[in-house]
Amino acid sequence: MFEALTLQLGYNAVLVTLGSAALGVAAGAVSAFLYLRKRALVSDAVSHATLPGLALAFLIMVAFGSDGRFLPGLMVGSALSAWAGLWTVNWITRQTRLPEDAAIGAVLSVFFGFGIVLLTIIQTMQSGRQAGLEGFLLGSTAGMLRSDALVIAAGGALVLLATFALRRPMLMTAFDEGYARVQGLNTARIDMALMVLVLAVTVVGLKIVGLILIVAMLIIPAVAARFWSENATHVALLAALFGGLSGYVGAALSATAPDLPTGPIIVLVAFALFALSLFLAPSRGVLASALRHRRLQHDVHLRQGLLALAHNQPVYEAMTQRMLRAHGMMRADGVPTDAGRIAAAAALQDETRWQELRRIEELAMLASRDDGLTPITDILTADQVALIDNRLKPQGVI
Amino acid sequence: MGFEFVALSLPPLVIGTLAAMACALPGNFLLLRRQSLIGDAISHVVLPGIVVAFLVTGMITTTAMMVGAAGAALLAVILIEAIRRLGKVEPGAAMGVVFTAMFAGGVLLLEQSDTSGVHLDVEHALYGNLESLIWLDAVGWASLTDPIALAALPPELPRMGAALVLLSLLTWLFWRPLKLSTFDEGFARSLGLPTTVISLAIVTAAALAAVAAFDAVGSIIVIAMFICPPAAARLMTNRLESQVAWSLLFAALSAIFGYVLAGYGPLWLGASASVSAAGMIATVSGLILALAALFAPHRQA
Repeated sequence: MFEALTLQLGYNAVLVTLGSAALGVAAGAVSAFLYLRKRALVSDAVSHATLPGLALAFLIMVAFGSDGRFLPGLMVGSALSAWAGLWTVNWITRQTRLPEDAAIGAVLSVFFGFGIVLLTIIQTMQSGRQAGLEGFLLGSTAGMLRSDALVIAAGGALVLLATFALRRPMLMTAFDEGYARVQGLNTARIDMALMVLVLAVTVVGLKIVGLILIVAMLIIPAVAARFWSENATHVALLAALFGGLSGYVGAALSATAPDLPTGPIIVLVAFALFALSLFLAPSRGVLASALRHRRLQHDVHLRQGLLALAHNQPVYEAMTQRMLRAHGMMRADGVPTDAGRIAAAAALQDETRWQELRRIEELAMLASRDDGLTPITDILTADQVALIDNRLKPQGVI
Repeated sequence: MGFEFVALSLPPLVIGTLAAMACALPGNFLLLRRQSLIGDAISHVVLPGIVVAFLVTGMITTTAMMVGAAGAALLAVILIEAIRRLGKVEPGAAMGVVFTAMFAGGVLLLEQSDTSGVHLDVEHALYGNLESLIWLDAVGWASLTDPIALAALPPELPRMGAALVLLSLLTWLFWRPLKLSTFDEGFARSLGLPTTVISLAIVTAAALAAVAAFDAVGSIIVIAMFICPPAAARLMTNRLESQVAWSLLFAALSAIFGYVLAGYGPLWLGASASVSAAGMIATVSGLILALAALFAPHRQA
């Protein structure tokens, strides 16, 4: 495995691994824009729609006397039929009242079904038996030609360049379509350009990842990357990194054993990256938000406990008791310590000030900043606090 | 024609039709609730469910497969919901993450395990084995009244029939709450209907149809029938009652014409072998949808 990851498994495996990494980087970058545009599942229709074109291209090439396995020819065929599928999705969504998800589902199942019909025709042909077109369903890198790997790496690089060139208009369209249009951008054309990139990734990825799973490379990297940043450029860069990593590690792992199919392994590596992001990412990750929740819970319990102490009320709630004791505010028998008395008085003072704030016309709007935890001195200036304290003095609270 | 047709063509034809109708029925509600792609997701995750069931029990039995597939469908729905809520990921993308990863896991398990002795592979999962569901005990039309011959019908036939009957019964029983919560969820909730339960029940019904149909006809037909007949029916009418009726009709037509075209079409054209029935049925359902999109009375909003 170490040899595979450090590219020591022989020339072809290295080529496949690098090609797959290039594809992954390109797919990841495109996925970020697709995700921001909320059209992730359109890629599912596009990828399934490649099958009839793939099969027809094979049939045509065989009819002209070649063996039909010429990868660029197959890629052109699948691109054309994917385009037809994409056009159909758009047509159905625009011309009928069917929602886009139904259009996506209809196109993907019908195009794929028709592709299977063509595949069964090919399987009955003499030249079709060894065609290995089934390999395009789930991807197969076994016996990949050097020229194929080069085509894939070059295709990935082209997609990446195009994505880089189009990043600004695509971002603008994704965030605020109306604003982008006011800025003179033709958003329909930019959406189309994004779809062309999706289509290019699909076609380039057919051989390695396969047409059923390539959609994963157009969805998962972006979703994983989104956990780490609120900045769209960073999300796109991270998604490219995640995609590239999945492609590289996946292809390398699959080269280590004969029964590790490339496409599924790449997808599972991508999913592992997603799972890591879901749990570990700062701020948006599950772990971080659980910790935040716990912290908030602590603060609320401590505050409520201190207020109870200030009012000389007994504390019954188990967690509150624990918090007070842990902070040295209360003895085991429920009697407040000196530190506890001081903190309780401070909490009560803060609470009283917040309440008085609501009665002061020019400050009342600040009452919305009262979350029951933030000390009022963090929000108000010293003068404003003094104003409140002056009003409280006659009542003898302060 | 008699013997050959009854033994070789009739059972797959009937199974295909039943499967198509069983999927189209819940598909209507999925379509109106904009959840059509749930059907897509479910039919992908059925594969890992069946593989795991095989690895656990070591054999291919209907019960084990059904339980495995249903478990996988349930797990997928839970995972999608969890990712959507925990990670604040939009639903489409959450679905895409889950079903591709589970499908990839299924393929990997399949390649890793020794399934050479049993009929379990990715191609089978995709396009089923409709053509192989033959009725060897049939001697002609008379066999349809012969209980001994009937007992040897492919088990998929009664199973698919039972699934369709069950789904129809459930739809009929819960028609009003289904209709209400599909068209106006807020209003249904204000009436005290458990809309979350209904929504989950529809997905479960879809999973049931998918799991029952999957084994016989493969996932292509399942996805196509979840979406195409209801979508075409939606363009025919504004009434849910008529839409369901149209969708069942379209599903049956797709299955019958698809099967016949796949089995006999190539022969008419002079070829020697037939083509994939599953693929052809999906294609015909697409053609029906195309016709509806071009000519149906209610094609525009």
